[in-house]
Amino acid sequence: MSVIAHQVALIAQRSLVRTARQPGVWIPPLTFPLILMAVNSNGLKAATHLPGFPTNSFLAFFVPFSFMQGALFASAIAGTDLARDVDTGFLNRLALTPVRGAALLIGQVGGAVGLGTIQAVVYLAVALLAGVHIVAGIGGAVLILLLAILVATGFGTLGLWIALRTGSGEGVQSTFPLLFFLLLISSMNLPRNLIEVNWFRDLATINPVSYMIEAMRSLVISGWDTQALVLGFGFALALIGISLLLSARQLKVRMSRT
Amino acid sequence: MISVALGLAYRQLTVLFKNPSLFLPPMLFPLMNFMSFAGGLSRLRHVPGFDFHSGYTAFTFVFVLLQSAAFGGVFAGFGIARDFEYGFARRLLVSAPQRSGLILGYALSALTRWAMIAIVLTTVALIGGMQVGGNGIDLFGMYALAMIFNIVGLLWACGVAMRFRSIQSGPLMQTPVFLLLFLSPVYVPLSLLTGWIHGVARVNPLTFLLEAGRGFIDGHPTQLAAAFGVSAALVVFFAFWARTGLARAERAG
Repeated sequence: MSVIAHQVALIAQRSLVRTARQPGVWIPPLTFPLILMAVNSNGLKAATHLPGFPTNSFLAFFVPFSFMQGALFASAIAGTDLARDVDTGFLNRLALTPVRGAALLIGQVGGAVGLGTIQAVVYLAVALLAGVHIVAGIGGAVLILLLAILVATGFGTLGLWIALRTGSGEGVQSTFPLLFFLLLISSMNLPRNLIEVNWFRDLATINPVSYMIEAMRSLVISGWDTQALVLGFGFALALIGISLLLSARQLKVRMSRT
Repeated sequence: MISVALGLAYRQLTVLFKNPSLFLPPMLFPLMNFMSFAGGLSRLRHVPGFDFHSGYTAFTFVFVLLQSAAFGGVFAGFGIARDFEYGFARRLLVSAPQRSGLILGYALSALTRWAMIAIVLTTVALIGGMQVGGNGIDLFGMYALAMIFNIVGLLWACGVAMRFRSIQSGPLMQTPVFLLLFLSPVYVPLSLLTGWIHGVARVNPLTFLLEAGRGFIDGHPTQLAAAFGVSAALVVFFAFWARTGLARAERAG
């Protein structure tokens, strides 16, 4: 194993163990999206009566929301953990070791990715048990899991950047509503062509979160839609890349300050 | 008791204004929800059986107003828990000649804070083209209901905060309120809900407030006796809850 891979493994292990040891950290992200899925999929069921609504199961339509909300929690967890490391001086001590910046970032997001994976499996299992039929079949289910993990990784990495930039857990927590706003102004509740308010439809159209949701949704309700998948995976990978880049730059700043 | 309440309310509001991080989230959450619901879901008014004359913006405004009221109370509960955690509440307990005034003081500050949120929310809704079918008396009724719900939220959170005396009790304050809110007819009228959520929403006390509030803004008041009766019962029950919480905090020292 190369040196950098070893460093990533060690930091990722620490991140995973730290997340696992705090039930208060992982229980809400696991349960809250499921509760909302149960409540909203019933509360908004009437929307399936709208002409042009793509499915007669609002639950199937709404499943991707859970993955996205779980990803936002991953962002908060990864960010808060790193902010605590900044706050307690752990990052300063790491700076004295030969650990590479890239290893630190990739390893640090390990807890969020681990939790994101468990979340994705649980959400999908619950959806299937609740009667959701995935039109794209088993391959589609695997792809949904993969995209959900990528999205969790992307938002987790974004959380790292916010933590490095603000250097405080409070700073990370206070940005959570802003990230949640991205979810709220997306196509999570209705397909974009059924959103009748122009400004909202425009915002949902330029919001990358809409495309991540629509990629997962396409696999559940319509099968293999190449365009939706390319856009969804593309934006998820772009989110990871941009967040990593920003985090790496911010890490240099943070390290040089110490 | 009044002087204790006013003194504490003044202190709470001063702390609030000096910390935007405490003031902004309760202000932004309802605005974000309102934008999301009114903007993203307005097509729901075309669902067969959706019968609300003032439009979807007004329909959803009432829910967001009540939500902001409840969470205004809950967020104030965070402040109470923080006061206990940092030891400030102990000094309050020692210095207050009439300790029930503490609950009243926290309630006054929560109410003032929510009033500001309600003003901003209403302004945004009106700018956004919200139609109001009700007259001044109807609107007074709607805001009165929301105000009572703010007090209920505060009394609930206050009881929790004084029992646990730690900010870690925050999720316990929020989660039941959140569930109560979303297990009501949030997006469509009660008659359009089906399945288990219809059964739950029918017995949810918030449903009465929500239906009455929507009746007020639409100019067709409905379920008034039930809504105000439920509100009064909630206030009495949670006042008892908060007062017994204070008694526990007193015993704990």
